[in-house]
Amino acid sequence: MKFRFILRRLLVTVPMVLVVITLTWALIRLAPGNFYASERKLPPAIEKNIRAKYGLDRPWYVQYGHVMRNILSLDFGNSLKYENETVNDILRRTLPVSAAVGTCAYLLALLVGTVLGTVAALKQNSKLDYGAMGVSMLGISVPNFVLGPILVLVFSLSLYWLPPARWDGFPSWSMVLPVLTLSAIYMAYIARLTRAGMLEVLRSDYIRTARAKGLTERQVVLRHALRGGLLPVVSFTGPALALLITGTVVVERIYALPGLGTYFINANLNRDEPLILGIVAFTSVLVLVFNLLVDIAYGFIDPRIRY
Amino acid sequence: MSDERTPQVPTEEGRSQEPWGAGSPALTPRGTPQRPPVAARSGAEIHAFPETAVGEGDVRTAGESAAPARGTSLWRDAWKRLLKNRLAVFGMFVVGFIAVAVIIGPAIIKALTGFTYDYIPAGNTVSYPPFTAPDGSFSWTHPMGTDAAGRDMLARVLQGGRISLMVGVISTFVSLIIGVTWGATAGYLGGKIDDLLMRIVDVLYAIPYMMIVIVLLAFLGRNLSPLGQIFLLFAALGAVSWLTMARIVRGQVISLKNQEYVLAARATGVSTPKIIFRHIVPNALGPVIVYATLTIPSVMLQEAFLSFLGLGVQAPYASWGSLAQEGIQNIAVFPWQLIFPGVTMALTLFSLNFLGDGLRDALDPQMRKF
Amino acid sequence: MSSQNGTLLSIKDLRTYFETEDGTVRAVDGISFDLKRGETLGIVGESGSGKSVTNLSVIRLIPSPPGKIVSGEVLFHGQDILSLPDDEVRKIRGKRISMIFQDPMTSLNPFMRISRQLMEITQLHLGHTREQAYEHAVKMLETVGIPDARSRVDAYPHEFSGGMRQRVMIAMALSCEPELLIADEPTTALDVTIQAQILELIKNLKRETGTSVILITHDLGVVAGMTDDIIVMYAGKVFEQAPTRELFERPGNPYTKGLLKSVPDPAHEEGTELYQIPGLPPDVAHLPPEQCPFAERCYRAEEICKKEFPPFVQLNEEHFSLCHFAEEVYDESRGGAQTAGSHIDPNGLPLQGGGGR
Repeated sequence: MKFRFILRRLLVTVPMVLVVITLTWALIRLAPGNFYASERKLPPAIEKNIRAKYGLDRPWYVQYGHVMRNILSLDFGNSLKYENETVNDILRRTLPVSAAVGTCAYLLALLVGTVLGTVAALKQNSKLDYGAMGVSMLGISVPNFVLGPILVLVFSLSLYWLPPARWDGFPSWSMVLPVLTLSAIYMAYIARLTRAGMLEVLRSDYIRTARAKGLTERQVVLRHALRGGLLPVVSFTGPALALLITGTVVVERIYALPGLGTYFINANLNRDEPLILGIVAFTSVLVLVFNLLVDIAYGFIDPRIRY
Repeated sequence: MSDERTPQVPTEEGRSQEPWGAGSPALTPRGTPQRPPVAARSGAEIHAFPETAVGEGDVRTAGESAAPARGTSLWRDAWKRLLKNRLAVFGMFVVGFIAVAVIIGPAIIKALTGFTYDYIPAGNTVSYPPFTAPDGSFSWTHPMGTDAAGRDMLARVLQGGRISLMVGVISTFVSLIIGVTWGATAGYLGGKIDDLLMRIVDVLYAIPYMMIVIVLLAFLGRNLSPLGQIFLLFAALGAVSWLTMARIVRGQVISLKNQEYVLAARATGVSTPKIIFRHIVPNALGPVIVYATLTIPSVMLQEAFLSFLGLGVQAPYASWGSLAQEGIQNIAVFPWQLIFPGVTMALTLFSLNFLGDGLRDALDPQMRKF
Repeated sequence: MSSQNGTLLSIKDLRTYFETEDGTVRAVDGISFDLKRGETLGIVGESGSGKSVTNLSVIRLIPSPPGKIVSGEVLFHGQDILSLPDDEVRKIRGKRISMIFQDPMTSLNPFMRISRQLMEITQLHLGHTREQAYEHAVKMLETVGIPDARSRVDAYPHEFSGGMRQRVMIAMALSCEPELLIADEPTTALDVTIQAQILELIKNLKRETGTSVILITHDLGVVAGMTDDIIVMYAGKVFEQAPTRELFERPGNPYTKGLLKSVPDPAHEEGTELYQIPGLPPDVAHLPPEQCPFAERCYRAEEICKKEFPPFVQLNEEHFSLCHFAEEVYDESRGGAQTAGSHIDPNGLPLQGGGGR
């Protein structure tokens, strides 16, 4: 059963990625102008050469077929801007940066968020609960491009504790501020999700049964409540990745990190079609596969799920 | 005890829509474990401040089957409950204040000081700190200082607020129209059409849609006028924010459709449009209002994010996001250029979120338990 | 009456209140009763009468806030549970006093295998090793009549039917051979045919182990034939207390009479209307303390009922009733003419399950 489910989901994933790429490609092509002529008008002869070089003189469906064939063979071609590098090279170079920051941020958010949310739920309506939830609301409301610079202002420019904007690889002190900036909103979300989930579970009949067994409150929470209470957080993990990708774009911009997001924005500004398509295709696959993994994980955590 | 006086609208269908409905993830025949809606995208329905419900065992007394008629008294009750919630009242007050300020503020500043958001004082392009005159002494002229070009920050923050709030409201409205139409169609017609429509929503959830919005704005937006870009922003953000709304509306419609009183209306020969507008729409309104309120801050955040990347609102227009982008360039020397738009925006989002939370608690006491 | 070797549980003037937006709900308001070792006590009442809260109070499982045990004593072997430290109460819960809850569908942890849920309790209280606990779990499942127990012990709750889950709950409750089993509407959520099986099971297990039982129900049909004594609760108060047979044959309270009359009689002729107590259970938060809580719905009510709280009248050695006219009602019942519940055989299993809610 499970394998059939996975197979079916994977089969849906492929056309979806193709749809996303086609949509992106169409948007790029529908826009007037071209990457080579953004500023000045070129002499017709030169323009004709360029168009021939990139195949732009052929009918659109031929071009589309070409693009699709490249993408399906996982060869996205050369970047137009960084001419010496293939898109795959750039992905290989930038992904570790984004992945390091994103993973650390999410793990931190998971740790702090679940603890905060659980404690808030256990002490419902106490000062601690209100405090934790107020801070979470703040985390949701303060945009990361406001939080980031404020952290820089305090920890780098005033206290000189941490470097403001550079990349020293993983792990390094230069990661601290980007990770904090990125994880704030997930911490807040996860704390709120955990609290809501735990509150519902703590009120359920099976928790009353657990208490009636004579278990300590600690055993009740850790053995019985946590699993059900954290299910919403598990569900959140899938969409969180998509959000994390957009989040890293901002954070990389604030801290000038050489990551995927920075290159994606630059590619858009430079009309670097192969690079854009490459990054979109890569992240789409990543997000879809990740969502599938989360669904499978959900099935392991909740035995009632049948595929 | 709260469930005695209030109609029980969300049934299982409605419940399974909630991300915190952890106890009972719906098992869908389609084959996917129906995960709770992708809450984070909207940043909305996660906000739950459940209150203690007494409903333990025996304490619940009769009247559990109260009729699901939301009369005027329900709205009045909801209003009363809202006013009891101090944080929601605070949110309402701040949102109201900021809305009024951004609408009439720029005119007042112009009348008082002559500054507008794009007025560049001749010859002097130094950025002044807040409450500082050119000679460094205290002055009321620029309560938020000036930007790098010498423009009054207060006027710019207010003007930016206009755009930011407008994007929030209009994009939410766009998402409302798409989401309600989509969800109501799916829910009301049911069957294969429902299956197809909701499957599309499922599929769209799993797409990193912000990347497509970025491409859209970067390519199509480039050739538009600044005003045209703002309209593109409305449309783009509205077009990607309707998914959860569609799910909520569908859940509501399905549960309402099967309520006895709607069945009764149908059995007595009331026409379909009449059923929809007289019975279903008013009853589904509560969750829609709540969710719309919570969509506004999340759309504003997305607008700010795009503007911050230089893809959203462009000069001469400004939004809180684009002001923050300008501010961050000078963060070390002129921190107020980032802090004022940033803090104003954070305060607005904070208040809108609290207001949305409060509205949910007030309109749907059922949901408070979760 | 079974053996009379001392009192196991003695509740004295128990009051449990809930603070709500609407004011204080006096869910349990001055309950007293004794339970002798090896006996079965039935607590009967409509929803909201405070019967579940009474028993959750016994093992201090009232959700707090909003609930609070305001006053009273719960003497278990003469020791007041309400004044014990938390960890002492935990040693009693599940080991010496255990509970079965109403809804077996939600009372088991859906994320945990049955085996673990059963093992947990003996590992905790009896110090079993994993192997011992596992064997014990299998044995308990066999005891409660789950076929093929060894192969099903590792299943998850959702793989069991409602009746089977309730059997698991019973197995769990009896794992440590408790002195007192509190069954809170154990059959309400089940099909009628399953109800009879579960009741039969509780009855047999009780006979084998000698456990005292408190059986809570809103269905008089359920307690018939199960219990030694019955307490009828209404609005957080004890309205009548009597040995089972006496209560069925000679009720001394208008409310009890109403309850007995409203149990459907299989011999009842078709077309005859089933008796219904008029009105709804009272709003316990807004009940004037000086009147009889049942006055509004009572066929026998007079002026005095709305002015004075009724006395708890002793009708004979073991029969008490909370009513201004207790003796009159009691005498009236002797005639038998009005004993509407007479079709219920107090010795037998219920002919009518009542069908749940």
